[in-house]
Amino acid sequence: MSGTQVQEKKTVTLGSLWRDKKSRGVILQIFAVIVILLFIGNIVSNTVENLDRLGVKVGFDFLTEPANYDINQTLIEYDSSDTHFRAGLVGLLNTLLVAVCGIVVATFLGFTAGVLRLSNNFVLSRLMQVYVEITRNVPVLLQILLWHGILIHSLPVPKKAEAMFEGFVLTNRGAYMPQPIPQEGFGWVWIALIIAIVGAVLFKKYANKVQIETGRLIPAIWIGAAFIIGLPLITFLLMGSPIEISYPELKGFNYKGGFVIKPEFMALWFALSIYTGAFIAEIVRAGIQSVSHGQTEAAHALGIRPDFTMRLVVIPQALRVIIPPLISQYLNLTKNSSLAIAIGYMDLVATIGGISLNQTGRALESMAIVLGVYLFISLFISGLMNIYNKRVALVGR
Amino acid sequence: MSIETKKYPVGMHPALPPPSGSVGPLRWMRDNLFSSVSNTVLTLLGLYLVYIIVPPFIQWAFIDSVVYGAESRKECLAIMGEDRGACWSFVYRRWGQFVYGFYPIEERWRVNVAFILTFITIAVVLVEKLRANKPVLIVGILLPVVSFFLITGNSLFGLVDVPTNKMGGVLLTLIVGLSGIFVSLPISIMLALSRISKLPIFSIIATIFIEFIRGVPLITLLFIASTLLSYFLPAGSNFDLLLRVLIMVTIFSAAYIAEVIRGGLAAIPTGQYEAADALGLSYWQSMRLIILPQALKISIPGIVGSFIGLFKDTTLVVIIGLLDPLGIGMAAISTTAWAGLSTELYVFIGLFFFIFCFSMSRYSLYLEKKLQTGHNN
Repeated sequence: MSGTQVQEKKTVTLGSLWRDKKSRGVILQIFAVIVILLFIGNIVSNTVENLDRLGVKVGFDFLTEPANYDINQTLIEYDSSDTHFRAGLVGLLNTLLVAVCGIVVATFLGFTAGVLRLSNNFVLSRLMQVYVEITRNVPVLLQILLWHGILIHSLPVPKKAEAMFEGFVLTNRGAYMPQPIPQEGFGWVWIALIIAIVGAVLFKKYANKVQIETGRLIPAIWIGAAFIIGLPLITFLLMGSPIEISYPELKGFNYKGGFVIKPEFMALWFALSIYTGAFIAEIVRAGIQSVSHGQTEAAHALGIRPDFTMRLVVIPQALRVIIPPLISQYLNLTKNSSLAIAIGYMDLVATIGGISLNQTGRALESMAIVLGVYLFISLFISGLMNIYNKRVALVGR
Repeated sequence: MSIETKKYPVGMHPALPPPSGSVGPLRWMRDNLFSSVSNTVLTLLGLYLVYIIVPPFIQWAFIDSVVYGAESRKECLAIMGEDRGACWSFVYRRWGQFVYGFYPIEERWRVNVAFILTFITIAVVLVEKLRANKPVLIVGILLPVVSFFLITGNSLFGLVDVPTNKMGGVLLTLIVGLSGIFVSLPISIMLALSRISKLPIFSIIATIFIEFIRGVPLITLLFIASTLLSYFLPAGSNFDLLLRVLIMVTIFSAAYIAEVIRGGLAAIPTGQYEAADALGLSYWQSMRLIILPQALKISIPGIVGSFIGLFKDTTLVVIIGLLDPLGIGMAAISTTAWAGLSTELYVFIGLFFFIFCFSMSRYSLYLEKKLQTGHNN
């Protein structure tokens, strides 16, 4: 008590405030806030002034105007009379499509290459090293352009292309393949699939319980897989195969009908998967190496079978190291997909941030949308990541 | 027979050679390549992959290729005749552009001198013996300023001004890459320190800044630089596109490097901070003398990694219309004379980046080994 009284009696000068650690912190922070506010205020006032001078309106009303441009690959119904908003949505879906496809292939490539790099097989481990070093050290934009160039220049034009086998044609306008078109009654197959998945999950839980209580092992994964494949298949046959297949046919200069994968998508997909796969390979290698050999030996000493050792001892511990950088690679892949603009794949940046921006002149709003969407994706994934990290974090004692 | 007859005292028998078949290349191959059926299949598959990729590539890139003596792709094809090799002539013909962009030919010596000065700076920074000598270090760090005046020109020294839109090729890549890393390093240290700062406002500001920059693709930031930045500045101010790009690239890499340094700071045991406090050092003294030297040391591999990333990302400037080597090459292959040589171009530019990035990553590995002083557990 007496100490504080003594302090209160002291005259407070600027110098004494500065010498005190706590009050100095407060002063510095207030100062920082003022500087930041001045900076932002300056930018805002400049922007308002510039927009006034140019006579540009600000607002998102342009999103409801017709877009007037075509998009060559759409996941949802779209034509040039649809709004800019819908064009942006098509772009976002295209971004997500290439990101998800890329992540699946990159993960597969990366895990394969990472494990093979550690194998005793000299030829394979060297091959994987060469793959990793070459792709990691060459800019991804260049790889996208290279794949695009290869697909466009080395594949035949539709007129000269020959079907590899019935209904599959590879041309420089895209890879054409038969498209199954669901007919009436196909909905039941989806329902059967959902029921099968729920059933398989429940069965796996039951199997776990049985194993914990009695030690009896039930091959729940195989039974579940059979269930997930079998139930929809039986429903499909019972409904009388409610599906029609549309085959691509050559009409004029191009193929019509069927399912088509555009070369732009393929180039972006291959390049991003191969590039990111190399980074994932290094992450997987480091993860596996981080699990000390004593763990494997201890598991063997306990009489655990080698395959169970890998599955129950090594991989869970390696995943703890692998997953955080793996997720950041996934985010990098998603962000790198914005390079699509270089080869004309219509992703989010190319639609809203590209053609819509140029047509309407609403640079501020368009870029704000693009930045906002990417930020949302990044922060959402990092949020999930933090939850995961907390769950798997080693409990310190 | 002689082995049997000779007698040794117990335990003194010289070691016999290992049985034949457990050593030598054959044994090694059996252990490492053909140890099981699946391994054998994979080995053969791998060898087949090498066989179908490497010889045709060498044939295309070196044996059947044309470098000299062709003025267009047609002439290349005429020289090659039946073979279908690479046509490197456009690289040879436009070598000057690939290196200097559209820098005036009579002024190119300035760029060459700047390249040499930059090389000296890098050598001073990287080689420990040179770095230890203070005067040498100061000169080395001041040389980039000289390079800057050399490249942009300055009437004070009687050098003609060269506008930045004339700069291109490798020159541009090095300008963007090197100034990006050198300017972003101090910024990133500040960002990292303020992110872990106990003062909430500083930590919030730094966190928002870092997460924003890391959450969006570089290309969108470059679009902002090329289209939006003019809105944010006072009316009538119009500054150079290259400078705007440099600012964006700098803050982009600063955000990434800040996270690397934050990792390094987090790895410093609390005891070090407490020891600094116990010695009565002020915040800046303890950072400068105790914390940062250790934190930066363990962050070096990560920083080099970020730099490799930044160096590769410099290719993105081509999308907003700056002419880096890729841009120069794309301009070349869009002329009628060289049309259709995209594969050659991408392979050539890829090789350029590979050489730079691969050697940097090797250097980082070497540093990592050297810096392992055995202090970390």
